[in-house]
Amino acid sequence: MTASLTRTSPLESTTSKRPAGTLYRGREGMWSWVLHRITGVAIFFFLLVHVLDTALVRVSPEAYNAVIGTYKNPIMGLGEVALVAAIAYHAYNGIRIILIDFWSKGTKYQRPMFWIVIGLWVVTMLGFTPRHLINVFSEMGH
Amino acid sequence: MTTIAAPRTPARPARRKGVNWEKWGWIYMRVSGVILLVLIFGHLFVNLMVGDGIKAIDFAFVGGKLSNPFWQWWDVAMLWLALIHGGNGMRTIVNDYATGRTIRGVLKVAILAAVTILIILGTLVVFTFDPCPAGAPADLLASFCPAN
Repeated sequence: MTASLTRTSPLESTTSKRPAGTLYRGREGMWSWVLHRITGVAIFFFLLVHVLDTALVRVSPEAYNAVIGTYKNPIMGLGEVALVAAIAYHAYNGIRIILIDFWSKGTKYQRPMFWIVIGLWVVTMLGFTPRHLINVFSEMGH
Repeated sequence: MTTIAAPRTPARPARRKGVNWEKWGWIYMRVSGVILLVLIFGHLFVNLMVGDGIKAIDFAFVGGKLSNPFWQWWDVAMLWLALIHGGNGMRTIVNDYATGRTIRGVLKVAILAAVTILIILGTLVVFTFDPCPAGAPADLLASFCPAN
């Protein structure tokens, strides 16, 4: 038993061609985790850039305004919607992870909690996206 | 009843002595995550939703915010909590997917370097920032600057 614990590939120990049963594979449990990773990595790389661009306030007003100006074009505006989408998902699913860890019924309700996360995310994006895109597109021509 | 395959990570006996860093890292992700939810949602709301949103963001806007100790500490808390949270998350991902010992070490050193440099840079910027630099055009500065 202890020897088999080292380096056992899960794929070799099943004859099933598709993920099923009680395996933590497929469906909401896995996809929530995949999305959490992807959004986390995306936010991390944005954060690296964002600290550097904000640091330009220490260089000169002209340098900061020049770089922040590039954030105000429509393509970047759509990128900012994607960024906020990633942040909102990561934040709400993070709360779900904490509830799974600490709430006694957390594992039982992990699946409905995922759909609550998606619902809150949709509401957040419905509030943010029109407001932000109006701001970005009304900046055009200025 | 489906039998679940054993994890690929080798079983290791729990450490009995010293600090359990992985446990504290696990706790840190949850505690900092909750605080970051409040700080980042507040940051996004104030900068992108209130008033003219992103249109209003320029040097004068940042100058006005960072001359207030409340926003200085808000931003510094976000900086430290987010970079350490993100760096630790990236470390977890590197441990999961980088199987080679050398590449894993290189990637983790790179993450640590990026996080450390940006925390030092960001903290210095927030606390040494001058919202009214001498000689700058008055129309680029906040309304409270002597040049205006």
